[in-house]
Amino acid sequence: MDASAVAFTFLAVLILGGALGVVTTRNVAHAALFLLLSLASISGIFILLVAEFLALVQILIYGGAITIVLLFALMLTRAEEFSNVRDNPQWAVAAVAALSIFGVLGGVILNNKLDTQELAGPSLEELGTELFTNWVVPFEIASLVLLVALIGAIILARASDVEESQDAGLASSSRTDTDGQSREGRS
Amino acid sequence: MELYHVEMLSAALFAIGIYGVLARRNAVMILMSIELVLNAVNINAVAYAAFLDPGRLVGQVITIFVITVAAAEVGLAMAIILRLYRTRATANVDEADSMKW
Repeated sequence: MDASAVAFTFLAVLILGGALGVVTTRNVAHAALFLLLSLASISGIFILLVAEFLALVQILIYGGAITIVLLFALMLTRAEEFSNVRDNPQWAVAAVAALSIFGVLGGVILNNKLDTQELAGPSLEELGTELFTNWVVPFEIASLVLLVALIGAIILARASDVEESQDAGLASSSRTDTDGQSREGRS
Repeated sequence: MELYHVEMLSAALFAIGIYGVLARRNAVMILMSIELVLNAVNINAVAYAAFLDPGRLVGQVITIFVITVAAAEVGLAMAIILRLYRTRATANVDEADSMKW
């Protein structure tokens, strides 16, 4: 058993343990921390697969941005409901479905072992050249997607201020019953 | 470390994520499970790129785009969940059923 196999086993245990923590814990904040553990270990797998740039991106975006966004949004809501969430009654069906998916995938993988070459990866320079020559249009579209998502998230999260200050407009479509009664009382 | 080891890890992560998507009620938990599924796909793409055809870069480029879209998706989904929580005081997906007749 060489060093990469030891590292791979260690990282795989961390990844799968973190993932199981995400889907079984009842506390949303704990689930976010388990997710962080799992995603950070995946960057180790990327390093083993000679993809250093992706390992960095994984740490920065998943470890830095996404987990923080999740935790931050949890803090903005009242947290007591999130410390003891309940699962669907259909969790047994879900477990059967997940196990059968794993069984099918595992059977296919173990029965079709592909001929592999020696492990290698592109240099950062090659990756950058490829991204800005052959993939430049998808790259620009991706930046557009990020911009639209950013603006959309701001508009969605800000809509309640508009709703409180002026009682006309788009926000009325999502109004609850109590809001409707108070509006009627005012008019 | 062989290719099928990485593939089995990816399959296990994918199955765990699918279980989370199906079994959870809280929208934030479902979002985290979707992240697990996306990461399983990323591991697979990078592993195939590294083991089968190291000269081509498609595996890593695709992974970069998946990560980008995942970041945009999390931002939007958290905004929607915050909105749902403000108007309905719940983040459970089975209680957000006003479009169901």
